[in-house]
Amino acid sequence: MNLESAIASLLYATLRAGTPLLLGTLGEVYAERSGVMNLGVEGMMIMGAVVAFGVSLSTKNVLLGILAAALIGGLLSLIHAFLSISLRANQVVSGIALTTLGLGVSSLIGRRYIGIPLPNPLSPLLLKPLTNIPVLGKSLFNQDIIVYMSIILAVILWLILFKTSIGIRIRSVGENPAAADAAGVNVFLIRYLCVFFGGVLSGIGGAYLSVAYFPSWREGMTMGMGWIVIGLTIFAMWNPLRAIVGAYLFGGIMALQFKLQPMGISPNLLAMLPYASTIVALLIGTSETMRKRIGAPLALGIPYEREEKTY
Amino acid sequence: MKIKLEKRSPGTITTLYITFLSIILALGVSALIFESQGVNPLIAYKEIFVGAFGSVYGFSETVVKAIPLILCGVGLSIAFRAKIWNIGAEGQLLMGAVAATWIALNNNIPPNLKISLMFIVGFMCGAIWALIPGFLRAKLNANEVITTLMMNYIAMELVKYLVVGPWKGAGEWGFPQTSIFPKSAWIPTIAKTRIHYLTLIIAFSSTIFTYILFVRTKVGYEIKVVGDNPEAARYAGISHFKIVMLVMLLSGGLAGIAGVGEVAGIHHRLRPPEGISAGYGYTAIIVSWLGKLNPLGVIVASILFGGLLVGGDAIQVSLGLPSAVINIFNGAILTLILIGEYLANYKIKFEFRGG
Repeated sequence: MNLESAIASLLYATLRAGTPLLLGTLGEVYAERSGVMNLGVEGMMIMGAVVAFGVSLSTKNVLLGILAAALIGGLLSLIHAFLSISLRANQVVSGIALTTLGLGVSSLIGRRYIGIPLPNPLSPLLLKPLTNIPVLGKSLFNQDIIVYMSIILAVILWLILFKTSIGIRIRSVGENPAAADAAGVNVFLIRYLCVFFGGVLSGIGGAYLSVAYFPSWREGMTMGMGWIVIGLTIFAMWNPLRAIVGAYLFGGIMALQFKLQPMGISPNLLAMLPYASTIVALLIGTSETMRKRIGAPLALGIPYEREEKTY
Repeated sequence: MKIKLEKRSPGTITTLYITFLSIILALGVSALIFESQGVNPLIAYKEIFVGAFGSVYGFSETVVKAIPLILCGVGLSIAFRAKIWNIGAEGQLLMGAVAATWIALNNNIPPNLKISLMFIVGFMCGAIWALIPGFLRAKLNANEVITTLMMNYIAMELVKYLVVGPWKGAGEWGFPQTSIFPKSAWIPTIAKTRIHYLTLIIAFSSTIFTYILFVRTKVGYEIKVVGDNPEAARYAGISHFKIVMLVMLLSGGLAGIAGVGEVAGIHHRLRPPEGISAGYGYTAIIVSWLGKLNPLGVIVASILFGGLLVGGDAIQVSLGLPSAVINIFNGAILTLILIGEYLANYKIKFEFRGG
């Protein structure tokens, strides 16, 4: 294989592997910006994966499958929203409950899909004239619609978060909910919506694995991606544009892992790479957050309680 | 009609009652999930119950599975009291198993020292695996939920690497496992069961130790202060670094001992991670929470979840379900416990007004 095609195929694989991470991270950025840490990403992703696979298989319509995954991700996130926002439960424990539930239910639903390849996976959407660009063309513009959409989405989400009044409201709820409440912002509604949106994106991220990336169902196929997402959110310093960098960096690490395998390095040692890198990325994100004194929403993980408890 | 919430501090009876109710409700929710997926929950539950508690051997197996849960669960309850979220008991357990394997298969170690050395080195290796994220948390403020979890995955890959690579047994053909341990490295068991009682004794001792730690010692009190009110802890001059490292050392070390018990007490060889641990490290999170971070509560919860794991194996065989379905119970119980805690802490009052 010559160098040019090696780079092209690595880039191609990087974008694909980074996409579920990007979707999950974007969702978690919004949830955490509103002040709710959702550690249930892994569970919502895996449920998205199994539901997307099942619906795609039975309706023969992969877009319907992705839609169903978005819905299940959103619905599951409402469990976490209810526990952590309405009942003010511990967010770490609640998120772990959601992940555990997702891993269990997906294995039950998915038991009939094991070993079946998806006959109608998400097909690439060629951006015709652009594919003629050497090296980059075939790897960047030969992807499927979710890959393109997730990049556009990141930009839109950045604009909303930092350039619109909706974004100000979301951030104010995550920074100082009492002040936001006093200013007439509905803290609970915004938090619910952000967590729900995060669930929707996690569901789609999981769907990407089962209808485009592999495309098949395997128990536990998210392989900890949902947890890597939590680390990436910190690495991205809760910024959707930095999320693109982080997600593709990790996509690259995952892609590299498979490219290096034929060179005789143990696949198990290579498999440690993304996890070890997550720790490194977390340290980078944390130290930068501390150095620049920006980043982590002040009220992250703290339930909001109104003074008056009459509903 | 108005709904009012009044804060209250629940008594022991209320707590027990609500916890019990939460578990029953969680079993109900899980039943609905099973039913929706074409599995008759009544048959499944009967199989689980009979498998786990219906015979002497079944119950002995429940105890076997409760051993690592008690060790990991008690350890986690120490960390969680300080609100240090060690989610890495699974990896710490695996590192204990790796350490035990290294001792067991090392011919330079006198046979009569092997078992005690395995426990000591297993504790140390589990502790080191937890102290790394602990250090990163205490010194660099790195979120320990993520670092401990990532350490789990790294430990899993390390075990896989060892059993297919450098430590693969010479006579094991295609099986990814080490050679069998010499008899001198087998933890003795109670006759006709697989209960490796030395580990069980250590598990019980660790709960007593933890109870004394919390109730009688200054450092136990400091752990609670750091967890409940870090600001106050700082003003009182309690070293955050010391407490974080201490709770990580203890929780990681106890998980490491659980790993020693699994390989030296049951399998007598190192196998791929899913062959050594049925997700004990993760289940222990729920065990410690269900046990209200109380050592005695952890023992009771461990027996319950040990039973669920044994029953889970039973329905895996008889109903052809994947072993991960047991996570449905785990997730549902944890969710309902959280709701129950809310109901325990708040009294809901309905106020009816005329008209």
